[in-house]
Amino acid sequence: MTSRSEIRFVLNGQDITLDQVAADETLLDFLRIDRRLTGTKEGCAEGDCGACTVLVGRLQAGALHYEPVNACIRLLASVDACHVVTIEHLSGPGGQLHPVQQAMVDHHASQCGFCTPGIVMSLYALWMENPAPLEIEIETALQGNLCRCTGYEPILRAAQAASDLGSPTGDALNRERNHMTGRLKALCDGRRVDVRKGTSRAILPASVDDLAEVLLAHPEATIVAGATDVGLWVTKFLQEISPVVFLNHLEGLRRIEVGPDGIKIGAGVSYTDSRAVLTAGYPHLAAFWDRIAGWQIRAMGTVGGNLANGSPIGDTPPVLIALGASLTLRKGADRRRLPVEDFFIDYGKQDLAPGEFLESIHVPQSKKGTRHAAYKISKRRDEDISAVCAAFNLTVEDGTITAARIAFGGMAATPKRAAHAEAALIGQPWDEATLMQAAACLDDDFSPLTDWRASAAYRLQVSKNLFRRFWLEQQGTGQPVRLSA
Amino acid sequence: MNRHDTPQAPGATDPGSGPARARAAAGTRPIKGGVSKDMQHDSAIKHVTGRATYCDDIAEPAGTLHAYLGLSTRAHARIMELDFSAVQRAAGVVGVLTAADIPGVNDVSPTGRNDEPVLAEQKVEFWGQPVFAVVAETRDAARRAARLARITYEDLPHVLEPDVARAQGGPYVTPPLTLKRGTAETELLKAPHRLKGEMRVGGQDHLYLEGHIAFALPGEDDDVTVHSSTQHPTEAQHMVAHVLGVPSNAVTVNVRRMGGGFGGKETQMNLFCAVAAVAAKKWHRPVKIRPDRDDDMSATGKRHDFVIDYEVGFDDAGVICAVKADFTARCGFSSDLSGPVTDRALFHADNAYYYPNVLLNSHPMKTNTVSNTAFRGFGGPQGVMAAERIIEEIAYALGRDTFDIRKANFYGTETRNVTPYHQTVEDNIAPRIVSELEQNADYQSRRQAVLDWNAKGGVIRRGIALTPVKFGISFTATWYNQAGALLHIYTDGSIQLNHGGTEMGQGLNTKVAQVVAEELQVDIDRIKITRTTTEKVPNTSATAASSGSDLNGMAAQDAALQIKERLTDFAAEQWQTDRSNIRFIANAVQIDEETVPFADFIRQAYMARVHLSAAGFYKTPKIHWDRATGKGRPFYYYAYGAACSEVSVDTLTGEYRVERTDILHDVGRSLNPVIDKGQIEGAFVQGMGWLTTEELWWDAQGQLRTHAPSTYKIPLASDRPRIFNVALVRWSENRENTIKRSKAVGEPPFMLGISVFEALSHAVASVAEYQTCPRLDAPATPERVLMAIERLRRG
Repeated sequence: MTSRSEIRFVLNGQDITLDQVAADETLLDFLRIDRRLTGTKEGCAEGDCGACTVLVGRLQAGALHYEPVNACIRLLASVDACHVVTIEHLSGPGGQLHPVQQAMVDHHASQCGFCTPGIVMSLYALWMENPAPLEIEIETALQGNLCRCTGYEPILRAAQAASDLGSPTGDALNRERNHMTGRLKALCDGRRVDVRKGTSRAILPASVDDLAEVLLAHPEATIVAGATDVGLWVTKFLQEISPVVFLNHLEGLRRIEVGPDGIKIGAGVSYTDSRAVLTAGYPHLAAFWDRIAGWQIRAMGTVGGNLANGSPIGDTPPVLIALGASLTLRKGADRRRLPVEDFFIDYGKQDLAPGEFLESIHVPQSKKGTRHAAYKISKRRDEDISAVCAAFNLTVEDGTITAARIAFGGMAATPKRAAHAEAALIGQPWDEATLMQAAACLDDDFSPLTDWRASAAYRLQVSKNLFRRFWLEQQGTGQPVRLSA
Repeated sequence: MNRHDTPQAPGATDPGSGPARARAAAGTRPIKGGVSKDMQHDSAIKHVTGRATYCDDIAEPAGTLHAYLGLSTRAHARIMELDFSAVQRAAGVVGVLTAADIPGVNDVSPTGRNDEPVLAEQKVEFWGQPVFAVVAETRDAARRAARLARITYEDLPHVLEPDVARAQGGPYVTPPLTLKRGTAETELLKAPHRLKGEMRVGGQDHLYLEGHIAFALPGEDDDVTVHSSTQHPTEAQHMVAHVLGVPSNAVTVNVRRMGGGFGGKETQMNLFCAVAAVAAKKWHRPVKIRPDRDDDMSATGKRHDFVIDYEVGFDDAGVICAVKADFTARCGFSSDLSGPVTDRALFHADNAYYYPNVLLNSHPMKTNTVSNTAFRGFGGPQGVMAAERIIEEIAYALGRDTFDIRKANFYGTETRNVTPYHQTVEDNIAPRIVSELEQNADYQSRRQAVLDWNAKGGVIRRGIALTPVKFGISFTATWYNQAGALLHIYTDGSIQLNHGGTEMGQGLNTKVAQVVAEELQVDIDRIKITRTTTEKVPNTSATAASSGSDLNGMAAQDAALQIKERLTDFAAEQWQTDRSNIRFIANAVQIDEETVPFADFIRQAYMARVHLSAAGFYKTPKIHWDRATGKGRPFYYYAYGAACSEVSVDTLTGEYRVERTDILHDVGRSLNPVIDKGQIEGAFVQGMGWLTTEELWWDAQGQLRTHAPSTYKIPLASDRPRIFNVALVRWSENRENTIKRSKAVGEPPFMLGISVFEALSHAVASVAEYQTCPRLDAPATPERVLMAIERLRRG
């Protein structure tokens, strides 16, 4: 089948076709510069402040699903076959305010107003999903939106009041859902998209097999899933990323399968979409998952990307290592499987051959007798990169620790198991003294760095202390041993 | 009748209502939007719809160029060679600006010290200093090309920390200040108890959501118009003129609104305005400059970091006998506003407490870091931190509740009421506010509950603290305490209001319009608030020092009263009645028994050739300040407040969360209670951020590594107190004759965030049974909290 050399999407109500798109062009620049839709703001250009929040609707298994997205790091070519909704689309045809907007006005929830369009968009996304949110649900929805003026209190009140002013069922996006679904389906022609601007090139393969083929032909290509990391290579480092291969059209990489061996998560599954299946098997991950970045990033970013980029401070690798997860790498038709910890060779170096890509992640079923925990320590509770990430998976049989998988992020050049600490646990009685002895072994396991997130001394101290937290938590004394969300 | 001879038919374009409705409404209901009313921000609807225009949203004329700065990558070095050959060859590049291209003076020092080049010459003095600017057809092209410059440096020794600079005998960037009353040094020796310590208080980035930006359009002759996001359009105008070498009358600076300022756009925007203007004149094309967030945070100044060395003498009751303290500030490479900032640190080193004998010294140190600048509170918060640490030290030394020691040291009313700068505190309402908050927040029983909880010895500890704020209002540069306004009434009765203040989200335009609405008794909808421009009101002061509504409200009131006076004269003559029979009632003027709708009345006044425009002016009375002697009345009045915060701390990790905060804050008789409440809530959270998660971190080479929201962490929605009760002091009114007896609100509540810091300290102290003052430094990141806990545990 021939490829298509233009991208097509719907912007607010308008069909857009672009035959000149650079691989590194951002959705935000397109909106603000090309379309003069200046309601969407640039605050940081790194997906941290949320001033650029827009909604992107995409078809998933035939159903239209809207999610909040940071337009600053969402690369334009990746919105092919999507519906992009900006703040300009919110008010009614007569200019009447949307319930979320009216609530924001009523509660004096804007001061300088610069963050406001982004906050309105996040609250709009929340209201569509959950019109009567709890306070904590609003806080979670706003993890990716900074406001420097209000102190947030009036924004919270506005979020709670919006549903009194209107119900999502009557909302324009919902009323037009069937129509828009049809419009987007018409854009999904099943063809590979291969669009260029000058020498810059962006490819959206049509299927996973097509992806394998594209990467064999272009082993130098940059693979982009959610763009939550690569987006910053572009906006902050002006890095050349062409040719880019976007995974956005690959339903085959967005699948989650649960079988007797465990959970298989496609490499293109977002943090948001992987939450339910993982927390069903491993409830301890629920609170942890909600502290990965903010809503926009969780909607865009993928677990696969978090692994594939090889960062020593990603949130999910220590967790997956502790759970004994493995991953499938594919090159052409060849596949190989390896434990997650073996994928990370050194800082910036992964066990990934040219032309090879991460296809899926396999998380084993939870076993009886295992004790789990996942902890993230960061300067700010939400939407921060971890100073230390720790994941525990101990098997205790008849009062004796028979297996231990303990992995840390932020403590070494790669996500890494605490081998000495694990060895100090195995075969020992399940008691506090054992755990504290194991904690002391961290001095042998890690020589962390001092940087702006934490000093080496703090990283080691807090890591050791987390062994105590783990022990106390497992005792279930009823006394709180950590702060609730 | 010729259209040009006469105004339109009566009532035809009466704004806000049709003529019939206007007549019906005239005088029969109160006006919409007078003072003391909860009025929404005038741009609220534009904010939520994305239709509010910020500088970067202004449509660019064809031919607009974009400038991008090239920043130094050395903390201190001689520039040996600048090679722009690759820059010049890059796609879209129009040219490069260096210091040599500046036609006037290469300096934007706001205090005239000539120590702050627009673009570095010969040497760079901090990592991130602008060295050159690339001008190109697009911002992207300019930005990419800027990275192609090859600069050869010869490194020079650098110093980053202020205490190191002082120990090395390094220079001051501006003359230091001493405040002295009594004989602190001898009284310290005589005091029953004496202790000393050191505290480090970190700086803070403004993190306004809208970064720096300027957009210059060249005009004929020497003219240039600059749109910018500056808190100080007049200074930007003067600086652009200075840098271009043209008179100020050639330069116009416009500001519609800012996406946040907080002091960060008081002087720091001058550089961007200057670069855009120089490029616009050089290439005769519009030029916009907007740095990315990393460059914005690296190249522009922040709140000053301080190292505070304190010594206090006190008696058995915890009453202070004498205080001696040295405030050593990281000022950066140039003076900027470091003089008045470090002065204000000393002015607030007493907070709400009486020091019978006191000796305070500032040390504004030159460091090889970005030049620090204004930030909400302007040095005051750092001074207050010192006062609160001193209180804590006394309390732990005596085994008392910090709150008791606070109360024992409050300023008096008749005695014990003179500040270290010899101003008498005439309006001390701190004790009353604190006592009301103690009741409202149920402080005593909650403190007991905290102690009981901690006595169980669990992992999660709690802390509680109630701290006061007293904050002096006025620019300490006395001449800044003036303002102008320009008011036009058009023949249809619509009103255009302009004043020298700038809108950065604080609702200043709304408040000033409320004042005018009140004076003229018209609905606020009738008043159009225009952008701030140096064309309309000249020689304005920065919108800073919380002074916006105090100064501009009074100036606008003056303008309104002048026109009202003329209108009254007119009516008295036209209706042949006594002036006392003329009343401005809601949207109308009542003359004897006749009620004339406002628009009709104005039209008649115009026909009678009444001047319907006025320039208002105001200068703050009573204030004076002699810096050489350290004596005077620098502040017209004080604003007060108090906050009680309770926190939970995880003693295994140092993580924490604010469980509850209660605030009682004094804004005098509020012009707009809901806007004031918003200022208080926002300031509190910003102050809390400063002292908790917001950490500036430089590496050994002098590069700031926390230079974007990914690394510099301001509070999120989930960081605000779980229970957050904010109230205004309803009984307060300003004893001075301020605008409608209100008080300034921008800065004072920032320091309420200190209650969180003190509560954290309290929770930390619990691990050593409150025997030791934890000596926590700021910001109290989870790391600092845990390390303080571990120190106490080790004894």
